[in-house]
Amino acid sequence: MSDLYNVSSSPHVRSKDTTSRIMLYVLIALLPAALFGIYNFGFRALLLIVLTIASCIVSEYLFNLVTKRKQTIYDLSAVVTGLLLALNLPPTLPWWMAILGGAFAIVVVKCLFGGLGQNFMNPALGARCFLLLSFTGPMTTFANSRYYISQGMDAVSSATPLAALKAGQGVNTMDMLIGRIPGTIGETSVIAILIGAIFLILMGVIDLRIPGTYIVTFVIFVLLFGGHGFDWNYVVAQLCGGGIMLGAFFMATDYVTSPITPMGKIIFGIVLGILTGIFRIFGASAEGVSYAIIFSNLLVPLIERISIPRPFGKGGER
Amino acid sequence: MGLGTFKGGIHPYDGKELSKDKPIQEVLPKGDMVYPLSQHIGAPATPLVAVGDTVLKGQKIAEAGGFVSAPIYASASGTVKAIEPRRVVVGDMVNSIVVENDGEFRSVEFTPVEDVATLSKEEIIGKIKEAGIVGMGGAGFPTHVKLSPKEPEKIDYVIANCAECEPYLTSDYRRMLEEPEKLIGGMKIVLQLFDNARGVLGIEDNKPDCIKLLTELCKDEPRIEVMALKTKYPQGSERQLIYAVSGRAINASMLPADAGCIVDNVDTLVAVYNAVKLGKPLMHRIVTITGNAVKEPANYSVCIGTNFSELVEMAGGFTVQPRKVISGGPMMGFAMFHLDIPTTKTTSALLCLTEDEVAQYEPSACINCARCVEVCPSRIVPSRLADYSENQQEDLFEKWNGLECIECGSCSFICPAKRQLAQAIKSMKKTVLANKRKK
Repeated sequence: MSDLYNVSSSPHVRSKDTTSRIMLYVLIALLPAALFGIYNFGFRALLLIVLTIASCIVSEYLFNLVTKRKQTIYDLSAVVTGLLLALNLPPTLPWWMAILGGAFAIVVVKCLFGGLGQNFMNPALGARCFLLLSFTGPMTTFANSRYYISQGMDAVSSATPLAALKAGQGVNTMDMLIGRIPGTIGETSVIAILIGAIFLILMGVIDLRIPGTYIVTFVIFVLLFGGHGFDWNYVVAQLCGGGIMLGAFFMATDYVTSPITPMGKIIFGIVLGILTGIFRIFGASAEGVSYAIIFSNLLVPLIERISIPRPFGKGGER
Repeated sequence: MGLGTFKGGIHPYDGKELSKDKPIQEVLPKGDMVYPLSQHIGAPATPLVAVGDTVLKGQKIAEAGGFVSAPIYASASGTVKAIEPRRVVVGDMVNSIVVENDGEFRSVEFTPVEDVATLSKEEIIGKIKEAGIVGMGGAGFPTHVKLSPKEPEKIDYVIANCAECEPYLTSDYRRMLEEPEKLIGGMKIVLQLFDNARGVLGIEDNKPDCIKLLTELCKDEPRIEVMALKTKYPQGSERQLIYAVSGRAINASMLPADAGCIVDNVDTLVAVYNAVKLGKPLMHRIVTITGNAVKEPANYSVCIGTNFSELVEMAGGFTVQPRKVISGGPMMGFAMFHLDIPTTKTTSALLCLTEDEVAQYEPSACINCARCVEVCPSRIVPSRLADYSENQQEDLFEKWNGLECIECGSCSFICPAKRQLAQAIKSMKKTVLANKRKK
């Protein structure tokens, strides 16, 4: 028969959004933070970003090749993982550690568990924590920012503002907002991160359920248990220091490792806020965002189980 | 007044500009007429004619096969050629009466009613039942059954579904513009059945001309009002429409009547008017023939039983070979592999597309983005349900409320990984319901 047509079950139309387009939006949203990191820390930062991304892409390519799987590097998710990991690394990290981290993120955390969509832990954060445990020294040594060096400080600084805060020293919250402080490549500038976050929200890639509840819960926790009472300066410093902004908007919102249910997202945000507060205030280290997020990632199946949404028309709801 | 709406939904390309400005044209079929005995939900109709019989236009050729069933009328005169299984839209072979059209359209006499207001409720329902009217929006549920709820006094809304939320469809739109008095007439007849009800015409706000015209015409109708609805798919889904109009939410185990509502499509109400006032059985319907593969997309008043290939000829034929031909809209319509299929009471459109978007994408892994959850009007979790469907996990499928799916397809539309979500859920729903019936 000459006039045979395609047959499939409805619906017969599809939206234009694809996985790779979403990943592209995330990359664009991370650009301000990445560019500021390069400005702040110089060529080393650029080198680490390029190496980490390259490591992630090559790892995924090789893994798929070796295991005879369909090539998946074109969905851009490996690039996102690489960039996120790089933004979570100190700019002085030896280059081979960055490459190792990228490979760990892709091969161990992502691909061995079934690839995109199947990993239970954020690959970038899994790799960061792996590096932190394996190479604690280099991972916790932070180069000074361009601004601080211009102010006559040493090129190698020992304390991030968060560490200084933990030690009971005063910090300049304006510097933290702009980001001219020591830290990892992409976490320092709250403004750059927020520009990206607003872009993601406007493009409909993320919503405020997770980051909103995360930040609000964390603020409440800090007010209650921070030991500084209602000292807003302290709260702002806690919010602008460390990785909480980058974590809340770019890593806690990672689709694969956060709950799919609307109520689950809110529970997830609350758990994150409490855990980050506990780790930062009662923990030995000044920072706790990475651990809070990967720990909460593990709770996602449980959170989803208790947050099955109530369907339309059930339970006498209007 | 704010726009009535619901939570969730999508905004697909609506394609309505292809045919929205084309007035309804009446066309007469030339070839054989095929009347499937099952064009409605319920028992198939029983033939009243035998091979060789001569039939007239408007003659009853099949009797309702039970209470939930509907009779079928010839829409053209001619000789019964065969009673045999024929392919229908959904792909099945259905026993059908085939009439060789003599092209003369000799008709039986129809007796109009002077004053509908003098008819009793039983007489009205009787006329609707006798005329073979079924839900013409697509479901094909016999209208007389719908209009006979257990407690008619508890019905306080009669809702005319004028949303027409399916992309490309413009038949209801043209009907509202061209024959609004018939729509209102049909609504008034239905309101006669329900003393405590008011009539609401729910129209999406992408049809401002219809809203304006009908509001003007309903000015002096104390029991009928027009309500503008937000343009969003699936606004015309029964549950979503009821919610938008009345604020009442019903689930899969409830009927609209449980929420005090009766919902009827535009074309159904016009058919009610034709049946009760003019005494005419259901023989025609408006079909939008559209898509970028046909020469002249437009709206036609078509005799039920007309072959789809004749419909394509009416629209000037194909300019290019279509890749996909759909009976109905692109969201819930049925794709067909050839055109030798008859128009039925529920055929709202014939959509001929040169590209098959489904075939362009290959499904990839779920990234858990939750877009399907955001758009789902039933507020369930399509991505999980599709997993349970693929793994045949019936218990989890039910626990995650898979049976609440209304099969609107919004999840499959929005999915960036292009997963076949609605398709998987639909098939699992069938399995679960079949297993329940077995128990």
